[in-house]
Amino acid sequence: MDALGTMFSDLISDLTAQPVFYLLSFVIILSGLMVVTLKNIFHAAIFLILTLFSVAGIYILLHAEFLAAVQVLIYVGAVSILMIFAIMLTSELGSQRIRQSNEQVLVGIFVCAGFLIAVFGSLQNSVWRVSPDALPGNNILTLGKLLMTDFVLPFEVVSIVLLAALIGAVVLARQEGS
Amino acid sequence: MYQYLALAAILFAIGVFGVLTRRNAIGILMSLELMFNAANINLVAFNKFITPDGLTGQIFAIFVVVVAAAEAVVGLAIVLLLYRNWKGIDVDHINIMKW
Repeated sequence: MDALGTMFSDLISDLTAQPVFYLLSFVIILSGLMVVTLKNIFHAAIFLILTLFSVAGIYILLHAEFLAAVQVLIYVGAVSILMIFAIMLTSELGSQRIRQSNEQVLVGIFVCAGFLIAVFGSLQNSVWRVSPDALPGNNILTLGKLLMTDFVLPFEVVSIVLLAALIGAVVLARQEGS
Repeated sequence: MYQYLALAAILFAIGVFGVLTRRNAIGILMSLELMFNAANINLVAFNKFITPDGLTGQIFAIFVVVVAAAEAVVGLAIVLLLYRNWKGIDVDHINIMKW
C-alpha cells in the first residue's frame, strides 16, 4: 500500500504535474465562467460539478489526497445535489427565457478586474519563504492525529455548527401549521 | 506556487462576478461555492509550499468545507422558504430587508 502511494506520487512528479495543472486550471476557469454566465441555471449547476471535480484534481496535485476525497464526497456528492434539488423545486426548467443576470454586469466586470489587478500586483511584489521540505509522506495519518489532538476543540465545535445548521434547515423549511 | 495563487485569484474573481450579477438566489449560492473553493486552493497551496511540516492549511481547508456545507444547507432552506412565500427567487424582488 505504501509502495503504491510512493509510486503514485512519483507518477505525478514535477515533470508531469505542469501540463496536468494547466489542463485542470483551464477546465476550472472555463467551467467557472460557465457557472456564472449561463442562462440556464441547471446547466450552470452541471458546470459547477465539473469545476469542483477539477479542484479535487488540483488538491491531488498538491498532495492533499484526503482533501480531494472530501471535496468529491461533500461538494460533488452532497452540495451539488442539494443545489440541483433546489433548482428543480423552485424554478421551471424551461426558464431560459428569464434573464439570469441583472444590470450590474459592467460593474461586476470592473470590480473583478480591479480585484485581479490588485491581487496580481501584490503577488508580483511579494516574496514567499518557500520551504525546501516536502509534505510528510503519510499525509492522512498525520492529518487524523492532528485532528484528534491539537485541533480537537475546533473539530468538536464544527460538529456543533453542523448540528445547528441541520436543525436550522429543518426548522426553516418546515411547513407552517402542519 | 505562484500559479496556484493566480488560479485561486481568478476563480475568486469569477465567484465575485457571479455574486454581483446573478439574479437567481441559487446562482448566487453557486458562485459562493466557487469563492470557497478558491480560498481552499490558497490554503492548501500555502500548506504545501511554505509550512509543509504542519498540515495546518489542510485542516483549515477541511473546516472551510464543513462550514461551506452548513452554509449551503441553510441558504437553500431559506431559498425554498422564499419561493414558498414569494413564488420566485429573484433577489431583485426580495427587498423586504432593505433598510
